[in-house]
Amino acid sequence: MSKLLDAVAAVGRAVFGACRLTGRIALFGLDGLSHLARPPLYGRLFLRAFLDIGYYSLPVVALTAIFTGMVLALQSATGLSRFNAESAVANLVVLSMTRELGPVLAGLMVAGRVGAAMAAELGTMRVTDQIDALQTLSTNPMKYLVTPRLLGGLLAMPLLVVVADVLGVLGGYVIASVKLGYNAEVYLTNTINFVQTDDVVSGLVKAAVFGFLVALMGCYHGYNSRGGAQGVGAATTYAVVSASVLILAFDYVLTELFFAR
Amino acid sequence: MNDAPPVVPKIRIRGLCKAFGDKVVLDGIDLDVTPRTSMVVIGGSGTGKSVLLKCVLGLLEPDAGSIEIDGRDVLRMERAEAEAVRARIGMLFQNGALFDSLPVWENVAFGLLAQHKVAKGEARGRAEEVLAQVGLGPSVGALWPAELSGGMQKRVALARAIAAQPDILFFDEPTTGLDPIMGAVIDNLIVDCVKRLGSTAVAITHDMASARRIGDRVAMINKGRIVWEGSATALMDSGNEVVDQFTHGRHQGPIQMELRR
Repeated sequence: MSKLLDAVAAVGRAVFGACRLTGRIALFGLDGLSHLARPPLYGRLFLRAFLDIGYYSLPVVALTAIFTGMVLALQSATGLSRFNAESAVANLVVLSMTRELGPVLAGLMVAGRVGAAMAAELGTMRVTDQIDALQTLSTNPMKYLVTPRLLGGLLAMPLLVVVADVLGVLGGYVIASVKLGYNAEVYLTNTINFVQTDDVVSGLVKAAVFGFLVALMGCYHGYNSRGGAQGVGAATTYAVVSASVLILAFDYVLTELFFAR
Repeated sequence: MNDAPPVVPKIRIRGLCKAFGDKVVLDGIDLDVTPRTSMVVIGGSGTGKSVLLKCVLGLLEPDAGSIEIDGRDVLRMERAEAEAVRARIGMLFQNGALFDSLPVWENVAFGLLAQHKVAKGEARGRAEEVLAQVGLGPSVGALWPAELSGGMQKRVALARAIAAQPDILFFDEPTTGLDPIMGAVIDNLIVDCVKRLGSTAVAITHDMASARRIGDRVAMINKGRIVWEGSATALMDSGNEVVDQFTHGRHQGPIQMELRR
C-alpha cells in the first residue's frame, strides 16, 4: 500500500513540477515581451539575433529543405504510382513543404543551432556574473538580453521558412523533372496552381511561433542556468530538447486550429 | 564639548537575514559604513560575504532586516526609486564580469550610456579617460576582454565600476587570482579611485594584506554574523580569538573546531 502511495506521490510531484515549470516559462516569456512596450529597445541586439536566425542559419536550413524536397518527390512518386496518381507529386511536395516540413524542419534546425547558442551565451553570462553586472549598471537584463532575442526569433523565422519552402519545392522540382521524367513546365504549373494562400500563411504563422519558442527556450534555460560549465552544458541540452519537443507539440496544436474541420 | 551632529552612516544594515532553503547564510547582520570611508568585510569562504553585497545591490532579496542608504531603507522603497539609489553604486566583481561580447571601451562606457551620463558620440573618449585613470592606454579600448590578462581585466572592471563616478563602490575579492604585486597595484588603484571620487567603499576579501591596504575599518563575518569590527590598524591584534585565528591563518581555533564537528 505504501509503495502505491509513494508512486502516486511521485506522479503528483512530477505533475506539479511540470505545471510550475510551465508557469515559470510563461511568466518569463511575458516579462520578455512586456519590455517591447517600454523603451529603450536595443536595436543592435535585435539585429544581431535577427541575423543569427534569419541569415546565418540559411545554409543549414537551405540544405535541409532542398534534400527534404528531393526525398519527398522520390517517395511520393513511388507511393502515388500504386494508385496511378503520379500527377499529384507536385501537389504533395508543395503542400507538405509549405504547411509542415518547411516550418518544422527549419524550426528544428534553428533550435539546434541558435537555441543552443543562446542558452550557452546567456548561461555563461549567468555563471560569470555578467548578468548581475548588467543589473548593477542600471540595465534590466530581461530587456537587454531576452527581449531582442524573442523578437528576433518571432520575426526572422518566417523569412527563413519562405526560403525553405521555395528551396524544398525546387528540390522536388529538380528530382521530378531530371530523375523521374516529369514535364518541368507542367510540374511548375501544377505547383503554382495547387498551392493556396492559406497553406503558405499557416506555415509562416507556425514559423513565427516556432521561432519564438526556440528563442524562449534558449533564453529561459540559459538565463536560469546554475553551477558553472556543467550547468551551462545542461542548459544548452534542455534548450534544444525542450524547443524541439515544443515545436512538434505546437505544430499539432496549430494544425488543429488551422485545418481541423 | 562636541556639538557636531552625529554622522548619518552612508550604509546602515540592521538585522539582515538570508537563508537558502535550510542553510542560513546571514543571521542578523548589523553594520554601519561611515561616509567617505572604506569598510572591508573579511571572513572565510562560504560565510556570506558575497551574499551580503548582493543583498545591498538588490541582486538578492533578504528574508528580513533593513538596508539604509543615506538614511533611507532601500528594501521598502518603490522599485524605480530603489533602482535610482542603486544606480549610484559601482561594483567590481570577483572575476571582473566583463561583457565578452563588447570591446573594452564599450564595457567601460556601458553604465554611462545606460544612465545617459554621456552621449553616444562621446562615450569612447570618456571611456579612454577612465581607462587612463587605472593605468591603461587608449589602445586597450579596442581590445576584447578575452585578449586581456587577469590583471588588465581587473583594471578594466575597476574602470567600469568608477566610470559613472558612483557615491558608493563595492569590491568583491578584488585581488583574488592575482599575483602579490598585481594585487598590490589593484589595491592602490582602488584606494586612489575611492579618494579621488570621495566615495564610500565596501570591500570583501580574505586577503589580509589587501584588507589592511584598502580598509579604514574592518568587520569580520562568521556564521552569518558580524563577530568583530574595528580599525584596519587593529586587525592583526584584535583580541578576538575568531579574528586572530583567521588573520594569522592558524590551524587551531574556534573556526576549525566548528569545521571538525
